[in-house]
Amino acid sequence: MAISVLGLDLAGMPALAQPTSERPKEDDFLVAIDSERGDPLELKHIPVGGPPVLAWPMDRATNTVRKDSRLNKIVLVHLDPTTLVGSTRDRAAEGVVAYSAICPHAGCEVNGWAAEQQILECSCHYSHYDPREGAAVLDGPAPRALPALPLKIVDGKLAVAKPFTSRVGIVPT
Amino acid sequence: MTNTKALMRSACVGAILAATGMSGVSAQQTVAPASATPVPGPMPEILRAYAPVTAERLKKPEDGNWLMFRRTFDGWGYSPLAEINHENVSRLQPVWSFATGQVEGHQAPPIVNNGVMFVATPGNQLLAMEAKSGKILWRYKRPFPEDMTPLHPTNRGVGLYGDKVYFAAAEAILVALDAKTGKEVWTAKVDDYKKGYYMSLAPLVVEGKVLLGASGGELGVRGFLAAFDAETGKELWKTYTVPAPGEPGSETWPAGGDHYKRGGASIWITGTYDPETNLTFWGTGNGGPWFGDQRPGDNLYTSSVVAFDATSGAIKGHFQYHPNDSWDWDETSPPLVLDYQRNGRTVKGLVNVARDGYLWQLERTNDKINFIAGQPYVRQNVFKGLDPKTGRPDIDEARKPGTNKTAEFCPSLWGGKDWPPVAYSPQTRLLYIPANDNLCTELTGEAPKYVQGERFMGVAKNVMKMVAGADHIGELQAWDLDSGKKVWTTNLPSFNWGAVLATAGGLLFAGGTNDRKFRAFDAKTGKILWEFPTGSGVAAVPVSFQVDGKQFIAVQSGWGVDPAKMQSRMNLIFPGEYPDVPQGGAIWVFAVN
Repeated sequence: MAISVLGLDLAGMPALAQPTSERPKEDDFLVAIDSERGDPLELKHIPVGGPPVLAWPMDRATNTVRKDSRLNKIVLVHLDPTTLVGSTRDRAAEGVVAYSAICPHAGCEVNGWAAEQQILECSCHYSHYDPREGAAVLDGPAPRALPALPLKIVDGKLAVAKPFTSRVGIVPT
Repeated sequence: MTNTKALMRSACVGAILAATGMSGVSAQQTVAPASATPVPGPMPEILRAYAPVTAERLKKPEDGNWLMFRRTFDGWGYSPLAEINHENVSRLQPVWSFATGQVEGHQAPPIVNNGVMFVATPGNQLLAMEAKSGKILWRYKRPFPEDMTPLHPTNRGVGLYGDKVYFAAAEAILVALDAKTGKEVWTAKVDDYKKGYYMSLAPLVVEGKVLLGASGGELGVRGFLAAFDAETGKELWKTYTVPAPGEPGSETWPAGGDHYKRGGASIWITGTYDPETNLTFWGTGNGGPWFGDQRPGDNLYTSSVVAFDATSGAIKGHFQYHPNDSWDWDETSPPLVLDYQRNGRTVKGLVNVARDGYLWQLERTNDKINFIAGQPYVRQNVFKGLDPKTGRPDIDEARKPGTNKTAEFCPSLWGGKDWPPVAYSPQTRLLYIPANDNLCTELTGEAPKYVQGERFMGVAKNVMKMVAGADHIGELQAWDLDSGKKVWTTNLPSFNWGAVLATAGGLLFAGGTNDRKFRAFDAKTGKILWEFPTGSGVAAVPVSFQVDGKQFIAVQSGWGVDPAKMQSRMNLIFPGEYPDVPQGGAIWVFAVN
């Protein structure tokens, strides 16, 4: 069910939500976006210091990958936990932080990585975000930080601890 | 729950407003819908007297008018007005300014016909203004489809013909508006935005036909140029810039594949036209995906100039600036139609300043484009040389990125000059180039998967670099095309995205730098004679026009799109030294009092 297109979040209406397009829920596992088998991601799959890994949330009970809404794309970065600031430290799972991979400016994918500076970059208009500090906007046209997705470790696997901290995608004006 | 409450609150506010309107004085106070023109009133005298644009006027515009993207079909960007000159330009002052209400990249030239100015902005908006006063005459705003966000939120202006204004809406719809009212007369689907096509260019009107192409080279499209009947909106022809199997040029693509369907070569900058041969020249963009090893062959007509017969759309010649593009070097700037001296003879020429860092001097004929000369105008380390007969570059393979192959090359992927138009002055016989030197890019490719409407580039890594020890990036250069020599260079405080206007007052006007400044230069020496900081950065095409015998200079301010992206990349190299340039568009009009 195409309830979200190009970053416009129309998913506020519960009647439309299907398990494959619902936003990530507590205890969801994460699977790499290009994964064929759908094995849940573990710490070792996220390279320390980048580059980031793109993932979908997956319902743990049914193994349903929630990939029918591109707003569910998640970007995972593995950082030195001592460099994380404030609530980002609480949301991280052993240094792995997760954010919405959909830029709130124009709905493009945030999958760029400035390796030297260790910051995220939107692929379309080059907004930069600091993954150590809540994906705050460093520069570029993005109007706000990327929504964060708090993580935890369950049975050695990365799992969602809490839903997105704010609305994902473009906020319609 | 919160959402419901908010909805109810706003519903209540709406009800109160409506009630107020009902009990108000007259129906004229009704709030107009956001996408419509202003409340109809008596038509201003200047619109009632609107001068229809004819094919003849487009060929020979009056000195005081700016009727198309570069004012004349030859693409010179030259105004014959001379009231503002090097003696008095220091006294140039703003006459009026007008906020467009839009952010993102403002790039369109104000188009002026007998005192009526048409200004296209981002957000699918077109403003009609009284050029001398800044009074708004009408506003057209077209809502985007709900599922569309253009990759390059900008618009580069309108075309005029008869009593109509032609506007390329972002969602690949050509709109004809009544110049007097701003109402839609007809709309025509140019292509399907769901396939990745989007538009930002100013249409070119040739002999009653509206010509335009569409962007999408990053989204797996097949480029084209199309023509529509100016009166009815009927599509007259559509010529693809990537040949289908069996068509001439198809041998430059891998056999048997679908490569041509997503081969790029999109057209997103207005072309030029030679009335003598009825040929119209358009530049084409990068191939798709970005890396040439995924589409082995020269890949005609990517990164080329293509000559089309304006009546039939038939391709009557081409010149490919570089084969098998792998550097994102769109060559969408069309060549200027311009004659120059070479070896004691006058060459009926085409001149293009390419993104690949070379200045190309070509020859136009009825059925062929010939190579005459090519040379770098910025640091270029990809071409080892050119074939002296054909102009084909000898590519240094170590400087060519590919799938899982990293290469660093200069100029950067934004080129020695991106889309901002050069200018040519017949007075100085010099060509003026807004250049970016000393920037390079490191690219690594990967094999992309095609998903309709999604990006189809295959970029694994993309890093901008500055040459070590370099002291500047942005330049304004002047070239003598008869001798093929550079005459002067003026270095600028930052990189440069400033389209150039040349005037008979011996002046050049351009913005383009990240300090919000709009400048006047001496066309003979390159000396900066005047500058003015606007509210945002200037990356639009400046123009000059005349009303009631008085000369004006006009430009839009409004930073965004690629200059903003370059600023972000510079801020990665020099953290904190390249803060965001403020956004927010405005039209600025200047004159000497």
